[in-house]
Amino acid sequence: MKVPFRWISILVILSFVLAACAPAATPAPVKTEAPAPAETQAPAPVKTEAPAPAKTEAPAPVETQPPAEKVTIRVLSMEQAGPTTEEMNSIVDEFNKEHPNVTVLIDYVSYDALHDKITTAMASTPPAYDVFLVDDIWYAEFADKGYLLDATSRITQEMRKGIFEAAWEIPTVGEKVYGMPWLLDQKYFFYNTKILADAGFSAPPKTWEELIEQSKVIKEKGLVEFPIVWSWGQYEAAICDWVTLLYGNGGTIVDEAGKPAFNNEIGVKTLEWMVQSIDDGITNPASISYVEEDVRNVFSQGKAAFASNWNYMFDLVNFQPDQSQVTGQVNMALMPAFAGGGVESATIDGSMGFSVAATSAHPDQAWAYVEYLTSQAVQEKYSEHMLPIWEVSFEGASGEKLANMSDVTKVTVPMFKEQFPFSHVRPKVPFYPEASKALQLALQEALTKLKTPQQALDDAAAKWLQLMK
Amino acid sequence: MSLSRRENLIGLLFILPAMIVILGVTLQPVVSTFYLSFFDASLSKLTENVFIGFENYLNLLGDKVFWVTIQRTIYFTLVSVGLELLLGLGIAQLIHSRPFGWRFLRISLIIPWAVPTIVNGTMWRWIYNADYGALNGLLYQLGLIDHYVAWLTQPRTAMNLVILADVWHSVPFIALILQAALATLPVELEEAAAVDGANAWQRFALIRLPMLRSAVLVALVIRTVEAFRVFDIIYVITNGGPAFGTTTISFLTYLETFSFGHVGRGAALSFLISLFTLVMAIIYIRFLYRPEERAL
Repeated sequence: MKVPFRWISILVILSFVLAACAPAATPAPVKTEAPAPAETQAPAPVKTEAPAPAKTEAPAPVETQPPAEKVTIRVLSMEQAGPTTEEMNSIVDEFNKEHPNVTVLIDYVSYDALHDKITTAMASTPPAYDVFLVDDIWYAEFADKGYLLDATSRITQEMRKGIFEAAWEIPTVGEKVYGMPWLLDQKYFFYNTKILADAGFSAPPKTWEELIEQSKVIKEKGLVEFPIVWSWGQYEAAICDWVTLLYGNGGTIVDEAGKPAFNNEIGVKTLEWMVQSIDDGITNPASISYVEEDVRNVFSQGKAAFASNWNYMFDLVNFQPDQSQVTGQVNMALMPAFAGGGVESATIDGSMGFSVAATSAHPDQAWAYVEYLTSQAVQEKYSEHMLPIWEVSFEGASGEKLANMSDVTKVTVPMFKEQFPFSHVRPKVPFYPEASKALQLALQEALTKLKTPQQALDDAAAKWLQLMK
Repeated sequence: MSLSRRENLIGLLFILPAMIVILGVTLQPVVSTFYLSFFDASLSKLTENVFIGFENYLNLLGDKVFWVTIQRTIYFTLVSVGLELLLGLGIAQLIHSRPFGWRFLRISLIIPWAVPTIVNGTMWRWIYNADYGALNGLLYQLGLIDHYVAWLTQPRTAMNLVILADVWHSVPFIALILQAALATLPVELEEAAAVDGANAWQRFALIRLPMLRSAVLVALVIRTVEAFRVFDIIYVITNGGPAFGTTTISFLTYLETFSFGHVGRGAALSFLISLFTLVMAIIYIRFLYRPEERAL
């Protein structure tokens, strides 16, 4: 017994050592946060990328008054669309320098972990985070649960007037404003100019029908195997692409009474079009398992002529040679619509806002950070990967300055103005995450041919009605 | 008598702090989860919880989704643990026969097991990627496929590929346990059997395997319970898709609790998972555990 026991112990110790080394030795290609297992309700510890405290970088300002108590504000943001983490970290550093009595610490998770991270953070009092990034579709739910600080009285006239009116829809539920809009984003249509030119086309498609025609030629000429790639995986990403197509066909998710309308004739036809595009080899079949990052990777390799993605993709695919093999070949165009849909274009409004936790111990300092982050000056300074929420930033001299800031904004700024009028928000209902999951299931059941589009959408509509009760 | 009683008391006093800590982190959450499962509870403490008795349990047991998910979880558990046991036994045998480089083999075996599950999941997600994954690259270069396959787009295929990733991760665990057990077996019985004319297969099936029963039991119980509660690898590779095809019972619990905020329902689900795993453990012990083998 002795001998094996000894070497079992050695193995166990060795495995611990190896396990400890593993994350460093095996870098994960994608940063993914594991949420806490369901049995444990305490918020999971997260990797904190704490910026260096301000005082180490700059001499502390001379204080004439006795220093106030130093408070720490914890911020939860995401690493995906929008500014890079380097940009976000420097905003935090600048804020900390300007506010010696406040230390902001920021954490990042992927978009798909963000909602659940917030709900677990809010289970404790005071919450694990004072400030968090909230997606447009969660505002109704979080307001309903009492997570969010009512900021209505903190919004100044200057903010009201200076920021896009449509942007205020994001953090507003009923009459109350629960935060500041921050990331005005929508899905854009991207195309590879070289592939299009090789196929003999001088302009990108204006309708989805035209896209199919161009795709067939691209396929026949053997330029790419699957001309378009989508994010139709079982995530919110699938809903975003589907809404783009649905509204482009003249459809809506819910009718005026708030009841599901997505399973009517238009809704079914749209989903049938999606299924058909896979059957015809136009849509990359792996789209059923893809999110936006997969779309970007495939498009970056020149393996797709068309793609639908958020604003952030343009810089990465067209100007970053370490990220893309198609630099200099990419352009953006107005999102196509269906010929019979009665609209010129349609896309999904994927905007987000920053809010303060209702139970935060330091709501004033937390709000100060949100106000700083969304201020016109900061927004204009960091607009390479995210356009400002301030309408005034697009006007006159500052508008010109914004558009000429870089090669990226030369395209994205005019494109934003052109596309934003066709942007559609998803319904603001407290049960949205569950309703969305039912819709994701319906899309996937139709795409994998487990059900017909009609049957799948009818089932999702029934679930939606049940949730409304 | 009184001395031993006093010793017992002192002993109890010494382990009391550790006991309090252990009960605090194991028993308390279990009890509060059980308590929560009788409420219509939201994750936020700001809304009132309503007592609804057994309604969470009744709703779940009457829900088709719950039973389909249980079936799927059982499939995952049976196939992955079955494969792991077969491969693990094979590898343990291989190392036990001390081939050239067996020490190196034994050490390198630990690597898959030492990789954190999240990293393992991310790695396999990339391997399975239809457009730039290693699996398609490998099969294509070997000439086994003539065009790239979109691996994770059918529910059945996706489930089997997740199982493969889990097997890669967990085989070493079983192999190491069995190999350690093999090292303790007396060789005399097999030598005697060989003298009596038993062939290699007979010696393995009739002598070695029965003597390994306790080790197999330990490995099986641990791995079955783990496989039944599988979560992270699915979260990373497929997020439960396509079309819920890889949504196991733990993933459903996660969705209900954290995405949908139905904490009461999630608590009831957690409890049902515990119940299922308990039943499985009892079955294993009934069939495999023989008291007379305790000496081994």
